[in-house]
Amino acid sequence: MTPAISLTGLSRRYGDQLAIDDVTLQIDGPSITGLIGRNGAGKTTLLRIIAAQEFATAGTVRVLGSSPVENEAILPNVALVREDQAFPQFRVRHALEAASLFYPHWSAELAEELVASFELPPNRWVERLSRGMRSALGAVIGLAARAEVTLFDEPYAGLDAVARRVFYDRLLADYAEHPRTVLVSTHLIDEVSALLERVVILDRGRIVLDAGADEARSAFTRVSGAVEAVEEFVAGRAVLERRRIASQESAVVAGGLHDGDRPWARELRLTLEPLSLQQVMVQASARAAQQSKEREQA
Amino acid sequence: MLDDATPIFTQIADRLADEIADGGLAEGDRVPSTNELAAYYRINPATAAKGVNVLIDDGLLEKRRGIGMFVAAGARERLLEDRRRSFAERYVEPMVAEANRLGLDGDALIDLVREVGHAQGALER
Repeated sequence: MTPAISLTGLSRRYGDQLAIDDVTLQIDGPSITGLIGRNGAGKTTLLRIIAAQEFATAGTVRVLGSSPVENEAILPNVALVREDQAFPQFRVRHALEAASLFYPHWSAELAEELVASFELPPNRWVERLSRGMRSALGAVIGLAARAEVTLFDEPYAGLDAVARRVFYDRLLADYAEHPRTVLVSTHLIDEVSALLERVVILDRGRIVLDAGADEARSAFTRVSGAVEAVEEFVAGRAVLERRRIASQESAVVAGGLHDGDRPWARELRLTLEPLSLQQVMVQASARAAQQSKEREQA
Repeated sequence: MLDDATPIFTQIADRLADEIADGGLAEGDRVPSTNELAAYYRINPATAAKGVNVLIDDGLLEKRRGIGMFVAAGARERLLEDRRRSFAERYVEPMVAEANRLGLDGDALIDLVREVGHAQGALER
């Protein structure tokens, strides 16, 4: 099967700064993948390159088997919804009409339902919409396009908790009926983590973790208990964080647990907890920074 | 609805197993589809499918092509049997360890179990 998205050795340089640094990533078929990382990690640049709105300095991009650049056979199957979506002087319904002409799998029915769910006024000029409403319009277009490759770049700027819930529920429901390749960049990680099948963590333009959502969650473990017991347990493991209070210690170790670890931890009266994805991102980024410093010193 | 400490697919498998053990899902009943589970728990359908597959692999659920998933014959009895077997490890061992830590001896512990059982109206047989 042709992968939906295939990036090989991809880099993007702005002057002397590498926004994307040697990224190789393949997304095969239908899935919801989270692209997470700190601000400036390169998420937007990466999505824009996949949608051919930006060009790579080096490496190759294949979307649905071909280069997306100026490719009229591919681009109608790629929808990129950006946080700062700019619409020309359109009313809401005009923006939807324009999208319906561009995307071959457009569902007018779904668009109408979503407009109602988000309480969007169809006749209002887009430039008069609040920030949240403009985001909602972007979400409507991104979902109703039913594009084979759907890219959401921080789709919910200005959306309140209720509207975000609508977005997540609609995304899940429509994805179940019409599976497609969804890549969503986000900093509200814990809020979307359950929706994700796979997680790609970007840090300073590099992929520092690419795993199934469950594997990503077990990539780091917090070990807490009495100081001596924690130290005994973490000896020989990569420890990323240590905190102490009185006779208690809490440490974060990298790498999955082994079969004997749980009974041993019970014996030592330790608590083992996986980190949330938000914390995984923080630790993965910290670990990448630590490793690159070590490389420089070597 | 779900916690962060255990993988989501494991929690889905556990919830379904609990329902089978409690009799909420009887043998031969249709089990919600992965899409229904995904919508209810607000999780990725692949994660829901992974949870369901745990129970299919254990033989507690069976797939009928084109119709859906159903609770297998004998599933409840087998679940209860498994749970009786792991009861000591899951509940009795930590209880004894804690009693030990507190300096309670065996007789005191057994008296306590009787007392609590009596208060709950259980363990009368």
